[in-house]
Amino acid sequence: MLAKRIIPCLDVKDGRVVKGTNFVNLQDAGGAVELAYRYYKEGADELVFLDITATEEKRKTLVELVREVGKAIRIPFTVGGGISALGDIEALLNAGADKISLNSSIVKNPKLISDASKQFGSQAVVAAIDVKTVNKQKKIFVKGGKEETELEGFEWCKRVNELGAGEILLTSMDHDGTRNGYDVKFLKQVVDAVSIPVIASGGAGKVEDFLEAFEKAEVDACLAAGLFHYNILNIGDLKKYLKENNVRVRL
Amino acid sequence: MIAVVDYGAGNVQSVLNALDDLKVQYIVSNKEPEIYHADKIIFPGVGEASFAMRKLHLNSLVTMLRVTKKPLLGICLGMQLLSEKSNEGNTCCLGVVPGTCVKYDETKVKVPHMGWNEVKIDLNSVLFDGIEDGSHFYFANSYYLPVCDYTIASSVYDVTFAAAVQRNNYYGVQFHPEKSGEAGIKLLTNFIEKC
Repeated sequence: MLAKRIIPCLDVKDGRVVKGTNFVNLQDAGGAVELAYRYYKEGADELVFLDITATEEKRKTLVELVREVGKAIRIPFTVGGGISALGDIEALLNAGADKISLNSSIVKNPKLISDASKQFGSQAVVAAIDVKTVNKQKKIFVKGGKEETELEGFEWCKRVNELGAGEILLTSMDHDGTRNGYDVKFLKQVVDAVSIPVIASGGAGKVEDFLEAFEKAEVDACLAAGLFHYNILNIGDLKKYLKENNVRVRL
Repeated sequence: MIAVVDYGAGNVQSVLNALDDLKVQYIVSNKEPEIYHADKIIFPGVGEASFAMRKLHLNSLVTMLRVTKKPLLGICLGMQLLSEKSNEGNTCCLGVVPGTCVKYDETKVKVPHMGWNEVKIDLNSVLFDGIEDGSHFYFANSYYLPVCDYTIASSVYDVTFAAAVQRNNYYGVQFHPEKSGEAGIKLLTNFIEKC
């Protein structure tokens, strides 16, 4: 059977990895390719790169990053951040990325999901969804968490599934950076309602948080960033702990 | 010299990155004469089966791939295309190994089948030399080839399916060795050095 996956996430700005709390206060955490290689060697199952560079040269720098990362590691990786055109997706996949994560662009143009999954296969299309509680409602935010939309979180997750996304990367903005655990309740709701893998994101602070997400929310993968960047938690140790607690992982 | 068949179905860059690691010489080609003259053939593929078969026909590669005596390694969709038929787009395939590729049952499991799955080695093959039985490999597929007489390794999802096949000079793996860490590198090395 499939193993549960541990996925370090690298927010990249101008080739450097940065990490903030609740989507702000960015700190430098090292070179993207070096960090990617370290995670590969520590036993990461997959990597996610989110490019937060906002320049006109964006596509070029992103393709360059994908090339360099592809040379360095032998595990799959996803790349995202401001991707909105099929041509960009094609360029990134051709450069060696395995999956493309789409966020703001699919809120604006949901058809991009079906177009992309038809052209490149649903396994290459990740719907990245940022959710924040507003007046007791889970609302979808875009533009790196800066802009609120009309969309409701649970409904949007079901919708991207129907449109042909291959995976959902579900980030709780409420939990992100707090290290108080994942939003297990909402994750479980989504896992039960969709037919594609769900990646938990936002809030991991200790090994128990990962175990809880796998056991209680039954997610397929857990993503974390700062926890790994700053060596608070070693991926190999985390996976050993999960295995000891009867979670199926690749060691 | 290895020929990597690039016929417009999915990117080949990841395979090339792995071959660069192994310091082997290769060409990337969609031209029959070039591929024919290589010592070994790697036949990757990602995407939809009928689309990929159409691309093979457009590049006039079907006959050569069917009759070649060179060791050939089909990866992911490349392995599925070695079968007789795929229900994905209802297309005839190369017919090197028996069977029809079918979709996983979406009512029972999540589709695509994506992530690291255990691979059980069923028959001795040099392809798996030095690889521990039960090693994890990375998969990303919605269709699978059912187990047949030529299955050399299998995995379990909603059903037990062919993770690797071998018939004479034809080898196929459903997973991505180029994305499967050390075990994947070992398998590619075996194909290059021993097959």
